[in-house]
Amino acid sequence: MVEIRSPSVRRGWSESVRARASEIVKQYPDPRSAVMPLLYLAMAEEGYLTDNGMREVAGAVGLTPAQVRAVASFYTMYKRENPGRYLISCCTSISCMLLGSDEVLGAIEDESDVAAGETDPEGLISVEHVECIGACGGAPAVTVNYELIEGMTTEKARELVRWLRAARPEAIVGAECQELFGGRRSFDWGPFDRDSALGPYPAFGPLGTVSGPAGEQDG
Amino acid sequence: MSAPSIVTDRMTRHPSDSHTLERYLETGGYQALARALQMPPEEVTGEVKAANLRGRGGAGFPCGVKWSFLAPAKPAYVVVNGDESEPGTFKDRQLMERDPHQMLEGTIITSYANGANHAFIYIRGEYPRSARRVQQAVEDAYAAGYLGSDILGSGFDLEVTVHLGAGAYICGEETGLLNSLEGRRGEPRLKPPYYPAAKGLYMKPTIVNNVETLANVPWIIQNGGEAFAAIGPEGSQGTRLFSISGHVRRPGNYELVMGLTWRELIYEVAGGIPGDRALKCWIPGGASAPWFVPDDHLDLPVTLDDTAKAGSMLGSGAVVIMDETTCTVRATERLVRFFAHESCGQCTPCREGCSWLERILRRIEEGAGREVDVDMLLDISDNISPGLAWPPRMTTICPLGPSAVSPILAITSYFKDELMAHIHQGGCPLG
Repeated sequence: MVEIRSPSVRRGWSESVRARASEIVKQYPDPRSAVMPLLYLAMAEEGYLTDNGMREVAGAVGLTPAQVRAVASFYTMYKRENPGRYLISCCTSISCMLLGSDEVLGAIEDESDVAAGETDPEGLISVEHVECIGACGGAPAVTVNYELIEGMTTEKARELVRWLRAARPEAIVGAECQELFGGRRSFDWGPFDRDSALGPYPAFGPLGTVSGPAGEQDG
Repeated sequence: MSAPSIVTDRMTRHPSDSHTLERYLETGGYQALARALQMPPEEVTGEVKAANLRGRGGAGFPCGVKWSFLAPAKPAYVVVNGDESEPGTFKDRQLMERDPHQMLEGTIITSYANGANHAFIYIRGEYPRSARRVQQAVEDAYAAGYLGSDILGSGFDLEVTVHLGAGAYICGEETGLLNSLEGRRGEPRLKPPYYPAAKGLYMKPTIVNNVETLANVPWIIQNGGEAFAAIGPEGSQGTRLFSISGHVRRPGNYELVMGLTWRELIYEVAGGIPGDRALKCWIPGGASAPWFVPDDHLDLPVTLDDTAKAGSMLGSGAVVIMDETTCTVRATERLVRFFAHESCGQCTPCREGCSWLERILRRIEEGAGREVDVDMLLDISDNISPGLAWPPRMTTICPLGPSAVSPILAITSYFKDELMAHIHQGGCPLG
């Protein structure tokens, strides 16, 4: 463990987040390896990756904020500008493109009035196009806060946007979205989990970003 | 196809709960681990060598040989490459979501064989469902004594950490992955000297194996390397998961014995093309692989060696089918855009070259192409991959840049007429 170097460096994070950060750091032989999970933790704490969040991460692993920024800027999932509450990522790589992803993205942009790479003024919805998300058998595919919906159509994409605007779900349950808006899937998933994503970062237990009854199955 | 099924057997027979420890144990789970722990580690490696299990991540390197290269320095590490990101590939996601314990048992056996007491499972950030399932499996395995100290009374200890990526294809390259796991930018390292088996994670000896590769290990230990090697043609033994996508009636992951023909794979396994449209071309092994066309390749056997001899690769097992309605310039633009987006930026030929290629292709697709653009595409490609040969020669640290050249060669050879029509007609002739 790296010592906290000065109280000012650690301002911002609550005790519980710091405790979680310590647990994550302990998972690695070298604290530096915890940079990536801690960057997600910082995003979950403030909704996106702020300078303050990067300073917290730096303090927790014994790097300078500049070193942490250098890492964060390499990876597309660390959002350094405030994304909306719901991040719609539309895959436009080869397999999705062959089956109409550009039209799906166009429908999402049109219905939400948000261009890819942008966020609506309210801060509710961000839209982006992404490279292959490993859902090629269920192309075209999108994710909302990284929860997957496969077998999209332009009409379903519009419905998804309208639903997000109207229902404003607390958390995104992938299973629910697939049932409401999805079609053909890459493979038979078997049971869905009911885990859900709280924001525009992965819903993963060790990060404390999973909402809902983890592990509960709906058959 | 009456293929013996190895890695998808449990999830096929028990679709509702194949991911749980209870079902795993009921179906013979962790018995291979118990058996392996009774064997000397080098004997475990010997079985995997005898199986001639070749890596399922892309390079196809023999897994047991890789293990035997591990330097003796301690500590040693095992890293599971679950950063599946090659466009067209979605097989490891299925293995992680539907049968996480199988991959985990393979990881524990691999760690034992290689004297590693800490293993890392690196899963791409866009796969949170996979990560949740694997994390649950790890926690259940700890609670049941398959991980932690003195596993099954053998004296062997193993810690496992599940690590999430954050959206960078290049982290699927093993040295880029190791940099990422060390909390750095995921830039590949130069080989030599940084072969993971000698100087890997934290500069210690490290085995990096793909998810599917490791998922085969429990079966090999239970049934013997010879039994595995008896399945399928020489050099392509065992089964293999193919991710089939694009213009086919039945896209999906299929566990197949290699040696069938591409015609059988496309028309029987995947059900052929919707509307009985004609097949135009296909990518036999992920976005990086040179394309195949019906006239030359439809009746070739699907094996690692036959595919290599024909100038391509099975790569990650991703087969992308394109029918006659496909604009190959647009498909190429989309593939090259991927590599331009994912270039880590270390090497000039890749960083600059891929984005130049992308912009020229977009110009051609949008109708502003010039005849000289064709030569320019080839010239830039030659700067990234001198001689435009297969396997590619490289001016770069890793093969990402040369991968962008594969589709360029397809449209400048097989589909030259279509490319020229774009230029002469000022746009896409397919509309």
